[in-house]
Amino acid sequence: MSQALDEIKIGGLGASRKRVEDNRFIRGKGNYTDDITLPGMLHMEILRSPLAHARIVSIDASKAWDIPGVHLVLTGEMMATRNLAWMPTLSYDTQAVLATDKVRFQGQEVACVIADDPYIAKDACEAIEVEYEALPVVVNPEQAVAEGAPIIRDDKENQQDNVVFDWEVGDAAGTDRAFEQADVISKLKLHYPRCHPSPIECCASIADFNRATSKLTVYMTTQAPHIIRAAVALVAELPEHMIRIISPDIGGGFGNKVPVYPGYVCSILASILLERPVKWIEDKTGNLISTGFARDIYLDGEMALRRDGKILAVRMRCDSDHGAFFSDAQPSKFKIGLLHSAFAAYDIPVAHLSDRGTYTNKAPGGVAYRCSFRVTEAMFFQERMMQAAADDLGMDQAEFRRMNFVQDDQFPHRTPFGFLTDSGQYGKCLEVGLKAIGYEDFRRQQAEARKRGRLLGLGISTMTEPLGAGNSREYDILGIKMFDSADLKVHMTGKAIVRTGAKTQGQGHETTWAQIVAHELGIPAEDIVVEEGDTDTAPFGMGTYASRSTPVAGAAVAMVSRKIRAKARKLAAHLLEVSEEDVEWELGRFYIRSAPDRGVTIQECAMAAYSNMPDGMEPGLENTAYYDPPNLTWPFAVYIATVEVDPETGVWDVLKVVAVDDCGVRINPMIVEGQIMGGLTEAYAMASMQFITFDAEGNCVGSNYMDYLLPTAWETPGFELHSEVVTPCPHHPIGAKGIGECAAVGGPAAFVNAVIDALSGMGVRNIDMPLLPDRVWEAITHRRDVYGGPPVRSDD
Amino acid sequence: MIVYDDPDGQPATDIPVRRIKFTINGDMKIAEVEPRLLLSHLIRRGLGLTGTHMGCDTTNCGACTVLVDGRAVKSCTMLAVQADGHEISTVEGLATASELHPLQEGFKEEHGLQCGFCTPGMMMAAKALLDTNPDPTEEDVRWALSGNLCRCTGYQNIVKSVLWAAEKLRA
Repeated sequence: MSQALDEIKIGGLGASRKRVEDNRFIRGKGNYTDDITLPGMLHMEILRSPLAHARIVSIDASKAWDIPGVHLVLTGEMMATRNLAWMPTLSYDTQAVLATDKVRFQGQEVACVIADDPYIAKDACEAIEVEYEALPVVVNPEQAVAEGAPIIRDDKENQQDNVVFDWEVGDAAGTDRAFEQADVISKLKLHYPRCHPSPIECCASIADFNRATSKLTVYMTTQAPHIIRAAVALVAELPEHMIRIISPDIGGGFGNKVPVYPGYVCSILASILLERPVKWIEDKTGNLISTGFARDIYLDGEMALRRDGKILAVRMRCDSDHGAFFSDAQPSKFKIGLLHSAFAAYDIPVAHLSDRGTYTNKAPGGVAYRCSFRVTEAMFFQERMMQAAADDLGMDQAEFRRMNFVQDDQFPHRTPFGFLTDSGQYGKCLEVGLKAIGYEDFRRQQAEARKRGRLLGLGISTMTEPLGAGNSREYDILGIKMFDSADLKVHMTGKAIVRTGAKTQGQGHETTWAQIVAHELGIPAEDIVVEEGDTDTAPFGMGTYASRSTPVAGAAVAMVSRKIRAKARKLAAHLLEVSEEDVEWELGRFYIRSAPDRGVTIQECAMAAYSNMPDGMEPGLENTAYYDPPNLTWPFAVYIATVEVDPETGVWDVLKVVAVDDCGVRINPMIVEGQIMGGLTEAYAMASMQFITFDAEGNCVGSNYMDYLLPTAWETPGFELHSEVVTPCPHHPIGAKGIGECAAVGGPAAFVNAVIDALSGMGVRNIDMPLLPDRVWEAITHRRDVYGGPPVRSDD
Repeated sequence: MIVYDDPDGQPATDIPVRRIKFTINGDMKIAEVEPRLLLSHLIRRGLGLTGTHMGCDTTNCGACTVLVDGRAVKSCTMLAVQADGHEISTVEGLATASELHPLQEGFKEEHGLQCGFCTPGMMMAAKALLDTNPDPTEEDVRWALSGNLCRCTGYQNIVKSVLWAAEKLRA
């Protein structure tokens, strides 16, 4: 009898397989958009508005046209003649491609130049003379709704104010009644500042229109190539089969590379007009000031509590700042994303949430920065509110969470906002976390240290989040349902290629998708190549963001493998000369139930599919699966941080960070841990330093890496990760849940809670992020909260 | 090299060009460059060595880090003309035909990269460290890499990768 395959040895499920994509990256042989050079390629640069709100009086590009090497200068007026001055956003709004009437944020695209060389294009941009007439500027929601505020979107008929939407969800009357019953009402108001996902690689595209074939090929930094193909077909009115979007290696996405940006559109039009390839490489300032920002939301909430700690209800009122164009990339049914996933980890009978979105003179975006559609804001508020409520009740932070958790036997659990959480062992995860941080010991040390004037603090953040949109009933973008796909071709020698509608940007799909196939078919992972990002070859899918790849595309990979296995079973029966019912499967091999030593391998079945199939069977061993998930996946996480705050300076140091993630079955534990560490770092970044603000004139402060601080290896703390708790997802074919973003979502509150905890007894309930030393110092020195967006500064 | 369109049939404007001589990954080169050309652009466009990435143009991200005479330099902050007479090493020069450099092995072994964009710069900055300090502490590594930004990994595995390489190089 043949030896059964060792799944770990063939790189299957659970193997910490080294990444195959690393082979090119460590040699400097990656293929990012800027690495691609096409024959006859020209270069595009964008001229951006220096003002946040101004009417365009005139644009004189004659001096730019005169510069040798300049091929084309595009302005809004020229775009308008082709009906391309405006484009639809992913949220049913419109966005200017190149400004025609006025500019609405600093950094808005005004003109662009296409030249032989990027240096010449830049020179020519500087030679364009634009006369502006400055208008009053709006930089936050409060100003946006103030009486007499200038109307930012006067281009839109019927837009009489700066309100984008008013949206609510939950049971308002029921929530009111619950608050009337409360023993204690706990309140918290905070601001989640604007920040930028800021992948190190900026946005880029190379549009290549071939007049002879009428085919448009666009290489671009997009997390969702098929969505882009559809958008280009609709915006540029080109036939979809003549558009090929290729997303090559991407130098980080984090949500920033989901939307359609004016630079992409301009490079496409320029290539069509000039019939030559046109490359656009965005610079860092352009990326930071004009492309998809994240957060920028004011959250004001309250919690109705029984004296013993039971939560009776939650109410949230939010004000979100969407910038000049509502171009958040999110499911169309949910105006403020999945903000209402807040408090899903807790058993709360009733809740209500409302959000008013406003236009301001800031860059558009509101993208899901390493999170699933505003879930970061939801979980941050949730865990800050939990801390405040526990403090108000005089309860232990861990005990208050434990007693309100959805219990293991309550799943599936309907949240008060209508989500259905699928599974989890919340209490167990918390115990692992508390043990790892040494909870009781730390509390003793903290009390001891306090007597000597040292400020130690511990912050807990526990949360479940909805990852992996769809299902398609509820989730769509611009009406396109959010499912995903996989296509598997097994060659006659048993080697295979798998393609999906997702697009890796560092998540390691080239490694992990092969592991799923290995798990399902017993083909060694090294015999399987993975390809993504080319709309001419990949099956249609919604792309990679919102931690949806493993929950959706990964599930499709498992499902298509099962289709292949079903056909292979027929081939096996044919080869073994028995009926299909008599054939059993073990990893990599079919055998006869009554004679287990008589069997055929999956590779032998593959060969038979091309050389010895039974009469009447369709040849080949290829298939495609589209997967529409029955629900989102709901991973659970516990993040605990300890800190020491210097009372003299407000500087805080992280002592220890513990992360307990239950993301169901881990396909590649090494890659999962890499995702968690990356997320924790972004959480630390947001808590400590990373934010973009604006002065009263709408000048962006944070337009380069000297002002927009990202943590380096020096500041970033170490992390201790725990994977003891595994609750397989009940509805995912291999039991996996999303994980890529959990730590970035749940992490910030752990750091902030730790700092606030260190200041206990000082009358400080909240310091808004980022917890820069001066803000912490202000709280300590003046014994008060530090609220609000980072200060609006003015030169006067 | 730049070819300009000359639509008006006028004499081309005189563009100042400097001739420079330098070594790249051991090969001697001569180039004619505009004085304003950045070293990173000479490497990427002139020499076709696209492993040196550009992330920020402002000397902050470190993706473009190369070695100039053995010292880590952000090549977007140096003009090509300043490389005249100097030796430059890029990521493409790390491996030999048959063997990876221990840093390259270390980054793969310890999962020190995700999207891969910062990786060449990280490895070159780490090489400059290991060339002068073969037995660094974790703190030494973190300090040496503090001019290089990574958005994916959280640095912990990058640090482990460099320490892995250091150990292998010492062995």
